[in-house]
Amino acid sequence: MTTDQRARSISVHLVLIAYSLLAVGPILLVVMNSFKVRSAIFGSPLALPDASTFSLVGYEKVFRSSHILTYYSNSLIVTLVSMALVLLFGAMAAWALTEYRFRGSTALALFLSIGIMVPIRLGSVAILNMMRSAGLNDTLTALILVYVAQGLPMSIFILSEFIQQIPKDLRDAARCDGVPETRIFFEVVAPLLRPAIATVAVFTIVPIWNDLWFPLILTSSDSTHTVTLGVQQFLGQYITDWNSVLAALSMAILPVVVIYVILSRQLIAGLTSGAVK
Amino acid sequence: MANLRIEQLNKRYGATTVLNNVNLSIEDGEFVVLVGPSGCGKSTLLRMIAGLDGASGGDIHIAGKLVNALAPAERGIAMVFQSYALYPHMNVRKNMTFGLKFTGVPPTERERRVAEAARMLRLEELLERYPRDLSGGQRQRVAIGRAIVREPAVFLFDEPLSNLDAALRVSTRVEIANLHRLLKSTIVYVTHDQVEAMTLADRIVVMNKGRIEQVGKPLDLYYEPANLFVAGFIGSPAMNFFEAEVEGIEGGRARVAGTAFRNLDIPAGSLKVGDALTVGVRPEHLVRGEAGFFAAEGVVELVERLGEASFAYLRRVDGRMFVAEVRGRQTPAPGEAATLVAASPDVHVFDASGLRVAT
Repeated sequence: MTTDQRARSISVHLVLIAYSLLAVGPILLVVMNSFKVRSAIFGSPLALPDASTFSLVGYEKVFRSSHILTYYSNSLIVTLVSMALVLLFGAMAAWALTEYRFRGSTALALFLSIGIMVPIRLGSVAILNMMRSAGLNDTLTALILVYVAQGLPMSIFILSEFIQQIPKDLRDAARCDGVPETRIFFEVVAPLLRPAIATVAVFTIVPIWNDLWFPLILTSSDSTHTVTLGVQQFLGQYITDWNSVLAALSMAILPVVVIYVILSRQLIAGLTSGAVK
Repeated sequence: MANLRIEQLNKRYGATTVLNNVNLSIEDGEFVVLVGPSGCGKSTLLRMIAGLDGASGGDIHIAGKLVNALAPAERGIAMVFQSYALYPHMNVRKNMTFGLKFTGVPPTERERRVAEAARMLRLEELLERYPRDLSGGQRQRVAIGRAIVREPAVFLFDEPLSNLDAALRVSTRVEIANLHRLLKSTIVYVTHDQVEAMTLADRIVVMNKGRIEQVGKPLDLYYEPANLFVAGFIGSPAMNFFEAEVEGIEGGRARVAGTAFRNLDIPAGSLKVGDALTVGVRPEHLVRGEAGFFAAEGVVELVERLGEASFAYLRRVDGRMFVAEVRGRQTPAPGEAATLVAASPDVHVFDASGLRVAT
C-alpha cells in the first residue's frame, strides 16, 4: 500500500468513525444513563455509571408502575404480524407482477409504486375515520392493517428486482416438471429470495417498531398501547421521570438490535448481491 | 415414447414473425436435431413443443393427441435447458424427485427411478450434493437425470452442451448418443453447432428466419443440400460459391459460365439463356489438377494447417476468395497459382431463387 492510498484509507475511516459515533452516541447515552440515579443523569450525563451512581430504579418503576409487558407484547405482535404479512403479500405481489402479464398489470405496478412516494401519514385523518367506522378503533388490527399498507409498496419494489434476477429457466424447468404455480412460488422462488426477504424484513420492522404516530391516533387504552407510546406516559407536561423514560427506551431498543443481528448476514448478502451481478 | 406432429405452426410477437408455417413430423424413437443460426426460431419451436410458449396458430400433436391447450407437464415431455436450471437449494436427489411429487408418482417408484437414472448417468456418488458443488458436466448429467426420471414420451434438449468446454462437449455428446440408444425415446434437440447436429441426429431440420429450409438425414443434407442456405450452413469451412449465368443451351445441355471458373456443362432442364445461377463446391471436394468437370484458378494467399488437413485460401480472378482443403504434408506456398478441380457429383448448382438445380 502506498502512502497515498494509506492516507486515503485513513481519511475514509475517520469519516466512517465520526459517523458511527454520531449514530451510536445517543443510543449509548440512553442506555448508559438508564442505569444511573436521577441526580447523576443531570449532573454528569456523559459519565459511565459507577458504584455511587448506579441504580436500577428506572427499570423497577417501569415494571412496577406501568403496563410495560403489555406494551411490549403489543409492539411485538404488531411488528411481527405486519412483517409476516408484508413479506408474504409483498413477495406474492412481486411474483405476480413480474411473472405474469395480465390486463392492467402495468397500471397496478404503477399504482403500488405511488405508495413509495406518498407518505402514508398524509392519510391519517382518512385512516382514522375508516378505522372508526369499521369498528377497528383502538385495536391492534387497525395498526397491523396500516403498517401492512405502509410496508407493502417498498417490499414489492425490492422483491420485484430480486425476482427478476432469478433465472427464467428455473421456473420453466419447474413447469415442465409439473410443479403447480403456487408451489413454484413457495418452493422454488421463495427459498432463492431469502437474502432479499431478510433485507425487506429489516426495512419493514424498524419503522413499525419505532412508530409513534399511528399508535397515538389509533389506540387509546393501555391494553393496546405499544412501547413507543407507553414511554410517553413518563414524559409529563411539568415533570418528566427520566429514569423510567430512559429505562423504557433502552428496553425498546433491544428487540430491534436482536432482530438486526439475526438478519444481518442475510441482509448484507441481500444488499450487495444486486450490485455485483 | 411417441411420435410428434407439428402442423402449420406460427408464432408472432407483434409484427415480427418468429415461426412461419412450420410443418414437421417426427417418428417414434427418432432423434431430430433443429439447427440454424441464432434467431432462426429453433428455440422458440422447442419451447412451443414444451408448452412454455403459446402458438399464434397451428397444431402440435404428441402421441396422436392434440396438446395445444395442455400445460407442459401434461404433454409427456421433459426438457433439458442450456443453463441446466437445477434448483440451487435442493440436492441432486431432491432435484430429480421434486417434480415427481406433483405428478402422482409414489415414493418407492420415485426412488427406483432415481436409482436407475443415477446408475445410467454415474450420479450415485453425487446424490446428496448440491448443484453448487458440481462441475459443469456433472450438472448437465443431473439435468438429464431429472428429465429421465419423468419417463417422458419426448425429450427436449435446448443447446445442452453449449456451456461446456470443448473436451467435455465431445464426451457428453457421446453420452447423449448412448442414452438415446438405451432409452430409444423420441428426442428433439436444438443446437447451433452443426457438428452436434451431424453426429447426433437421425434427421436434421435446418431452420432459417422462422422457416424450415430442409429436413433430411445428415449425409443427405451434406451431399444434396436443397438450397443455397443449407449448402452454406452445413459444412465447415463453408461451401465456396461462384456467380454464374446460363450462356447457351444446345441439345438439352446448358453451358454455364462465370468469371472465376471454367465453363460447366449441365442438363438444361427448365433453364433459359441468361438465367443467373450460383455454383457451389465444398473445400474438401476441390483437388489440384489440370482439368475436370469443374475447374477454378486462384492464387494462394494464406494456408491454415490443422494437421490432418490444411486449408488454402485462394484469391479468384474476380477478386473474391475461395477455400480448398489440402491433404498431406505438401501444402501450397502463398503466392503460388493453382488450378483446383472437382468431380460432377460434388458440384452443386442453385438457381436465382436459391433452389437446387439438377446437375
